[in-house]
Amino acid sequence: MTMKRRTMMKAATLAAVAAPSIARGQGAAIRIGEINSYTAQPAFLAPYRNGWNLAIEEANAAGGVNGRRLETVFRDDAGKPEDAVRFAGELLAAEKVDLLSGGFLSNVGLAIADFANQNKRLYVASEPLSDALVWGRGNRYTFRLRPSTYMQAAMLAEEAAKVDAKRWAIVSPNYEYGQSAAKWFKELLVRAKPGVEFVAEQFPALGRIDAGATVQAIEQSRPDAIFNVTFGGDLTNFVRQGNTRGLFEKRFVASMLTGEPEYMDPLKDECPEGWVVTGYPWDQIQTANHRRFREAYQKRFNDYPRLGSVVGYDTVVSIVAMLRKSGGTETEKMVDAMKGLSFESAFGEGPVLYRALDHQSTLGAYVGRTALKGGKGTMVGWRYADGAKYLPSDDVVRTLRPQG
Amino acid sequence: MEFLAIQFLNGLASASSLFLVASGLTIIFGVTRVVNFAHGSLYMLGAYIALTIVSQLPRDPWLYWSGILVASVVVGLVGVAIEMLLLRRIYHAPELFQLLATFGVVLVVEDVALWIWGPEDRLGPRAPGLRGAVEILGQRFPQYELLLIAIGPVVLLLLWLLFTRTRWGTLVRAATQDREMVAALGVDQRWLFTSVFFLGAFLAGLGGALQVARAPTTLHMDLDIIAEVFVVTVVGGMGSVPGAFLAALLISQMHAFGIMVFPKITLVLTFLVMAVVLVVRPYGLLGRPPTHPRAAGPARAQPIGPAPRELRLVGLVALAAAAILPPLAGEYALIMATEMAILVLFAASLHFMMGPGGLASFGHAAYFGVGAYAGALLMKHFGAPMELGLALAPVAAGLAGVVVGFFVVRLEGVYLAMLTLAFAQIAWSAAFQWVEVTGGDNGILGVWPSAWARDRTVYYLFVLAICAGCTLALRHAIHSPFGYALRAARDNPLRAEAIGLDVARIRWAAFALASAFAGIAGALFAYAKGSVFPTYLAIPKSVDALLMVLLGGIETLSGPIVGALAFHGLQEQLVRVVEHWRAAMGLVIVALVLAFPQGIAGYVRDRRERMR
Repeated sequence: MTMKRRTMMKAATLAAVAAPSIARGQGAAIRIGEINSYTAQPAFLAPYRNGWNLAIEEANAAGGVNGRRLETVFRDDAGKPEDAVRFAGELLAAEKVDLLSGGFLSNVGLAIADFANQNKRLYVASEPLSDALVWGRGNRYTFRLRPSTYMQAAMLAEEAAKVDAKRWAIVSPNYEYGQSAAKWFKELLVRAKPGVEFVAEQFPALGRIDAGATVQAIEQSRPDAIFNVTFGGDLTNFVRQGNTRGLFEKRFVASMLTGEPEYMDPLKDECPEGWVVTGYPWDQIQTANHRRFREAYQKRFNDYPRLGSVVGYDTVVSIVAMLRKSGGTETEKMVDAMKGLSFESAFGEGPVLYRALDHQSTLGAYVGRTALKGGKGTMVGWRYADGAKYLPSDDVVRTLRPQG
Repeated sequence: MEFLAIQFLNGLASASSLFLVASGLTIIFGVTRVVNFAHGSLYMLGAYIALTIVSQLPRDPWLYWSGILVASVVVGLVGVAIEMLLLRRIYHAPELFQLLATFGVVLVVEDVALWIWGPEDRLGPRAPGLRGAVEILGQRFPQYELLLIAIGPVVLLLLWLLFTRTRWGTLVRAATQDREMVAALGVDQRWLFTSVFFLGAFLAGLGGALQVARAPTTLHMDLDIIAEVFVVTVVGGMGSVPGAFLAALLISQMHAFGIMVFPKITLVLTFLVMAVVLVVRPYGLLGRPPTHPRAAGPARAQPIGPAPRELRLVGLVALAAAAILPPLAGEYALIMATEMAILVLFAASLHFMMGPGGLASFGHAAYFGVGAYAGALLMKHFGAPMELGLALAPVAAGLAGVVVGFFVVRLEGVYLAMLTLAFAQIAWSAAFQWVEVTGGDNGILGVWPSAWARDRTVYYLFVLAICAGCTLALRHAIHSPFGYALRAARDNPLRAEAIGLDVARIRWAAFALASAFAGIAGALFAYAKGSVFPTYLAIPKSVDALLMVLLGGIETLSGPIVGALAFHGLQEQLVRVVEHWRAAMGLVIVALVLAFPQGIAGYVRDRRERMR
């Protein structure tokens, strides 16, 4: 643990402190400004930063891009969108970064995206899941890597339609991510399987679930199946109370993000079995690219990769691919290069595209069932769900995203 | 029917957890008058330490419960350390100043916990022998929750025995009523305070340790619980342990049943309950009004004269420097300077009601946020330009101040502060939950200035002119007859009434005025950022304002200005340079608190007067 933290900090300090001293002349380093909620969301973002640094080191070891090194300037927005906007200004004006990246919370991502649009600079959003980022509030300068709320809800709705369950209950954190996940899941499931009904909906405040009361309220509605959107501490709390009170017995559960090691591992031997989840079975993916990534990561950080590591790694890999394609760091050229850009993800499941249509990447997620093995949770019977297959038709997307 | 009974049991179990933490806070406040912001951190430490201990032990009930107890004692000792090393040195600082010190502790503990226990959530082992569930009325109910239900009343009983049957308890009760008198009777206050801190911290640690078997231990535990615990303490009546029990019961049951009717109500329910209780019973359910009015106001506050010539000169030079900054400074310095100018106005508006008015607010961000949202909503729904938004923002914020002020100004001290917090949280949850209008937590985007002011330099100068003007206007108001009346109402409401001042109305006006000025700051901030989010009216923003005023020095007029510049400048520098910036920030705050118990500007003033 200490080893890992120390390496991480060293890498971060090097990147943050050493960076400004390097000369900025012709052929100087390409600078990426990275803003994230490091102190507010350390469980996801510490591995994320490791993955990010690994990809930067690999790119620089291979001679950089077009003969130029890559550098990152990290900033911690502490979960506040207004601070993220300030740092975006600082990174562009004072640190002279060539593009912006990062973002974990949806509102932080949206704030940076709007800033990028106003200032006509490229923003590669790595993590924020909000659909608004590429649809309702989409703009020319913003691209997003991760499969959105809609895409992940669609993956689970597809699985949910296969089972024989009529009465559904939903438990979801009370903020935009939770609300839109619930909305899309309901809409897509009803479309795929008319006749299902939703008999209970619980929206606990994020991080403050009253798990006993919530479990009881769901139990009271006698559902056949449950759709869960909670994650992190709320999920752990919900699962422990639900296990003790028998809520999950003989019930089908579909659950967003639960297969991600970040959220599954803290559950230890209490990880529920047989839930259908989206996630990342890091120890079982045997594609050539992923094997190479996993080994490099474990060697470098003496720890196994989380989903955050892949997101950080892939963000850099896609930026590198974009820089190769654009040949320079002029914003409009980089934006044009991002459109339709194809890159190879650490998942190694074939090329991933940044769609020209809505700037959403087609990176997918793994869908499978949870199981207990050796006293901890894991995913079994999983498959890679290609993101491209879980997006609405192009015509629908055009109505969702401002055109022009 | 069975379901309602089980839900009632769920409520009881949550009430016990809440009560343990709240009882500690209320005991500490009752005796020392310290609003211990770090109480949530002690709770989190209790959980982490207990988790570390019981994970190492074999699964044996005796060892398990000894581990829980040891963890609580360790937290109690941490509390003692905080009291002896930090708080003991600043009991004589102005009211609420200790809040600043405990906030520094919160920041340090957050980073220390991250450093020791790592970023991932930790799930502790379940309590041996209490892993399963029992069948009650055909429903399964966890055994551990039954134990929790019992622990609450048992602790209440033990505390009651401690306070009524021991000499120490008698002294504590006496000190709660009148600590000056207790001191005059020859009781060593220092050890009384330290022991009270031990008990309070021990209870917080116990509350945290008991959560280990129930819920994951996370780095968010401290701030997730602190607001709720404050509410329980205030609703019960500050200093009243049975009151805290009653309030914990009330709030937990409202939660357990509330989510069945309104599943989305959890965000705001606690604060709705508090608002109703405080409006009906200004000192909480079982609280008593302070017996001695001398405990209320800062009686040591000096009369305020016109600014000395040197200070005027310094102010003029600073303003001139700010005005000629643009061509010299880089683009980023302008962004920072814009924010600082806005925060100076925000802090000055809080200081106006808090210093001269004696009306401390824990919810001042509400008016900042209302101003910001007024501008943004007008732009989003009616396409109103910046000029109109800026003109209407203070009206909207002022109106909000008029409405809230009506309920608030009849209260005093911490009760008043907590009622402002309740209204701020209600406003926050409206911004957060009313998605169709406010965009929810995704906020409102594209709130940029009009074309002529879009250039950073122009906007900066525009902001500087407005903020400097407004801050000077507030200063002028303090020197006006209204300001004199306000200070009279603060220092001695009885005499003020006797000479014909309508104290309630004067305070009400001051509250509304401060709100309107905060609204201007909020709107300027919105246009500077280009977006508006519920975080603008969330608790951390209110806390920031409070810290700026306290750091600068509440008893001087330049305090909020100095405080805003120091606080924001410091934070911005640390975040960029230091990875563990929270710990660094916390340590700097603690150092400043110890060095300048009157605030920075207060320190400078005292130095000057001593040199004369």
